[in-house]
Amino acid sequence: MAAAIPTLVQVATAACDKGDPGYCAPSTDNFLYTSFASFHIAGIDFEITKLTMLLYLGIVIVAGVFLWCTRSSKIVPSKKQWLAEEAYGFVRNGVAGDVIGEANAARFGPYLASVFFFVLILNLFEIIPVAQVPVTGRIAYPAFLAAISWIMFNYLGIRQHGAKKYFKTMLFPPGVPWPIYILLTPIEFFSTLVVRPFTLAVRLFANMFAGHLLLLVFTTGAIYLFNVGGVSYVFGTVSGLMTILITFFELLVDLLQAYIFVILTAIYVQGALAEEH
Amino acid sequence: MSGHAILAASSGSDPLIPDAGEIILGLIAFGLLCAVLIRTVFPRIETAYAARRDAIEGGIQRAEEEQAKARAAYEQYTAQLADAQQEASRFREEARADATRIRQEATQTAQAEAERVTRAAEERLSAERAGIVRELRAELGGLAVDLAGRIVGHVLESDAEQQQIVDGFLAELESGEGVADRDAATTTAHPAAHGHAAGPA
Repeated sequence: MAAAIPTLVQVATAACDKGDPGYCAPSTDNFLYTSFASFHIAGIDFEITKLTMLLYLGIVIVAGVFLWCTRSSKIVPSKKQWLAEEAYGFVRNGVAGDVIGEANAARFGPYLASVFFFVLILNLFEIIPVAQVPVTGRIAYPAFLAAISWIMFNYLGIRQHGAKKYFKTMLFPPGVPWPIYILLTPIEFFSTLVVRPFTLAVRLFANMFAGHLLLLVFTTGAIYLFNVGGVSYVFGTVSGLMTILITFFELLVDLLQAYIFVILTAIYVQGALAEEH
Repeated sequence: MSGHAILAASSGSDPLIPDAGEIILGLIAFGLLCAVLIRTVFPRIETAYAARRDAIEGGIQRAEEEQAKARAAYEQYTAQLADAQQEASRFREEARADATRIRQEATQTAQAEAERVTRAAEERLSAERAGIVRELRAELGGLAVDLAGRIVGHVLESDAEQQQIVDGFLAELESGEGVADRDAATTTAHPAAHGHAAGPA
């Protein structure tokens, strides 16, 4: 744990050539943290970095807070129990219930809520002091979540309708003149089976990635401008204020992206379960 | 294979290529979180929801059930009461009909009895009357024969004597004695003797 603390406070801005006296712009390398442990299993490299630490810290925080809040559930809830119930109910009723249907709220609510709070805490690390990097800014995490969503909605659709009917209604939507299928079927195939998981993953990743770079630009920009001095103090102040503004904006983005991820997953599941999708 | 190696090496700098190690560590983390939340936390919350819903909706439902039960019982009692009233009126009707029937029967029986008694009395009366007439007729015959005998026995005596005989006979009759002494043997021949005696007189 002693080794973990410097890893957590570490700031990745090592990309610039030290000899260059100019402004060092943040880049994709800002997501590369030095690993303080690495191992090799079955041909796969595992790097334990600050992001890995944050990932596991995140699940401990979410699980711990929920466990603590729901320790003793009563009919008349305590404040913390109410908080946990509202947080879960937001996804259970607001996403699973509203999109997939009230009857399915208790069925899909738990998974969607798990995804939501997992993504949310990893997003929020973007603006939590000391952490200050979104774990979801690495494509791997949105990618496997999107893959699970993709497998889930296809599996549910096939189980609900049978593979033949599921793919038939997907690729050949009824009520369309047959020549249209020449155009429509490839589009439907591409949009449902290829674009959906890709956009689901990339939307979340890109928002977090871009948000982090945006914050870095204004933060490192402010530091650089203060170092330059003179008139640059004014611009440095503006840059610093922008950092604060962008931080609040990123709070909104963090919440919104986690919400969008689960609501899209819910919409895909609903579409797969519905008669006409 | 070499292409894979290049991808793996460049994955550090290409942000769109997911790192296999990150995916696996991420899946483990996500799996652990799901396990805790889906197995423990959310069921607790669902239980709390259900308990609360039960406390509210269940209360309303229980009240509605009670109300329905009370209404059913009330309807049952009303129906039973109506039945009982109907039955009572039926009993009353039956009793009235029975009373009428019994009265009619009694009247008929009484009338029949009265008629029977009357008839019996009439029969007895007429039998008595017949007996009396027969008796009287026999006695009268006897008496007439007796009288006629006496008259014939003293036919030669004076008118005064005859008058005396008649007077004596009548006196005998009036006294009622001697008339009863006449027996049936003498009376059976009387109607012929009487007619015989009347002929010459």
